[in-house]
Amino acid sequence: MALPDALVSDLKRMIAQAEHPREAAVDVMYALQRHYGYLCDEAMHYASTLLGMTTLELESLATFYDYLYRRPVGHYVIHVCDSVVCWMFHQDSIFDYLCRTLGVPPGGTTDDGLFTVLPSACIGNCHNAPTMLINGRFYNKLTPERIDAVLRELRETTEEPVRCK
Amino acid sequence: MQVDAPQVLFKNRHLGRPATFDEYRAGGGYEALYATIGKRTPEEVLDIVLASDLRGRGGAGFPAGRKWQGIPAGYVGPRYVVVNTDEMEPGTFKDRVLVNVDPHLVIEGILLCAYAVSATLGVCFIRPSYESDAVLLERETQVAREKGLLGKNILGTDFSFDIHVHRSAGRYICGEASAQIKAISGLRPNPRKGGPRTSVKGLWDCPTIVNNLETLANLPGIVRNGADWFKSLARTPGSAGTKLFSVSGRIAKPDCYELPMGIPLREILFEHAGGMPPGRTIKAVIPGGASTPFMPERLLDLPMDFDSMKKAGQRLGTASIMVFDQNTCLVGATLNLIEFFTRESCGWCTPCREGLPYVRHLLRLIESGEGREEHIGMIRDMAKVMQSAYCAFAPGAAEPILSLLTHFEAEVREHLHQHKCPFGNPPPALHGKACGTRPIAFGPTPCPEDQCPI
Ligand code: SF4
Repeated sequence: MALPDALVSDLKRMIAQAEHPREAAVDVMYALQRHYGYLCDEAMHYASTLLGMTTLELESLATFYDYLYRRPVGHYVIHVCDSVVCWMFHQDSIFDYLCRTLGVPPGGTTDDGLFTVLPSACIGNCHNAPTMLINGRFYNKLTPERIDAVLRELRETTEEPVRCK
Repeated sequence: MQVDAPQVLFKNRHLGRPATFDEYRAGGGYEALYATIGKRTPEEVLDIVLASDLRGRGGAGFPAGRKWQGIPAGYVGPRYVVVNTDEMEPGTFKDRVLVNVDPHLVIEGILLCAYAVSATLGVCFIRPSYESDAVLLERETQVAREKGLLGKNILGTDFSFDIHVHRSAGRYICGEASAQIKAISGLRPNPRKGGPRTSVKGLWDCPTIVNNLETLANLPGIVRNGADWFKSLARTPGSAGTKLFSVSGRIAKPDCYELPMGIPLREILFEHAGGMPPGRTIKAVIPGGASTPFMPERLLDLPMDFDSMKKAGQRLGTASIMVFDQNTCLVGATLNLIEFFTRESCGWCTPCREGLPYVRHLLRLIESGEGREEHIGMIRDMAKVMQSAYCAFAPGAAEPILSLLTHFEAEVREHLHQHKCPFGNPPPALHGKACGTRPIAFGPTPCPEDQCPI
């Protein structure tokens, strides 16, 4: 499957603006991840062709970083902060509650392709613990009720569940 | 927010929104830049910063001016400034707050550093959970560009400089300067050891100054008001400036506070952060982010500055204070910290890659009531071995472990005697996180956001 022309020119522009092409490696992988839903083999192949890097070099990045997903994830990736301050405020229970409510194990994705739950290193929101990050947005001072409300809101506002390709 | 202390970095703090360019200008913003570019030499700026005793706010406390002096004299070619906003140390959120309070203060700080070291490009390295900061900085650098403060021939001089926002994909080790350089270069970010410093050979093998964001945000004030003014802001002789303190954990008003460098910890907690919540007493704090030691309550009168803390065997680190109360199990807390370090280790060297999972295993045994007397000595030995790892990551991880055993050994032993966690923590899963095997125990969760009295 060929990439859309608009995306290819975006990626080429990104690479051209960088001091050296490989500086754009993460940005290119982010963009491809947005397009494919995750970094599938095809995405890795395109990234390597565009950046002039080997797939092995890119693999060493894609598998190293927390926010690049080399396996399918849901439309919403829930990064639950499990660092010490959130832990103090029952983060373990928040994590369990999310997994049980969504019916997925840690790292799992709901059948409708909407949610993936991941434990996450400190997300820098400790004064609002316990906390989680979903697609770039912080959710503060979590309780079971608040989690229910957040999931409901996300379900209701997502027009079409996006399935991982 | 009303704080009874000079506000320099948080002067323009508004609830819930960043200061605009016009607001920043109205309060004297960019005056330092106007008074500098084309009017002072880079050496003059360097001299002011050296005289101010500004020390790096990213944890190590190295004098900023001396770092800049590391660029080889007479070097011809590109030079870079890398702004470290990685901030993945648990408990630390000061840089996020600062960017969201006053982005132009940050931009002016970067510009002043760039001028002093004759750099042509600045790279703001931003972690993925701070995506909104990346967007904000991109927007505000564009504003600065339109005002002629970034780009070619700034203020009509031959000084040209621009700022690029680099998005990271998230790993704690990227906060280490040499790892950050590799990350920007599209390489796997293992730290580099030995060899030339980044100020000699950094980004694309060119001299690169890697400074923490808060460090750079101090420059406009220093350049505008002078070194003596900056020193006078601190509470203790030998330290300088104000400091951003991220306060979190069991405390009435967790937040980020700007207070004088050298202020005692007790004053931060009890006069600014609202003291302990009702019914709680303080047991320990971690004073400077996850890679600094547990400090028992009796040390709370120590001045929070680099030298006083060091003299007492403590570390100021990022000045990110996490408060633990009498009901919190410190073995559990240390286990959590070691889980973090184990996961975030880059895996390059053995003391860290093998040592951390081993300590984690022993701590899990103790926390689940299966610990034995000899485990304490084994943990201590492993933590000491970790101090000889390849980079500062593993020695940092050893700090909470060693301080747990130094100050709270009785609490560790209590686990051995009772064959369970004396604080009632459920046994931790021995093979990572598992879902659905035990009852969910929420206990006293914090209050809902809208009714929260804190
Ligand atoms: S100490 Fe840890 S983080 Fe540092 S190089 Fe060794 S394995 Fe990597």
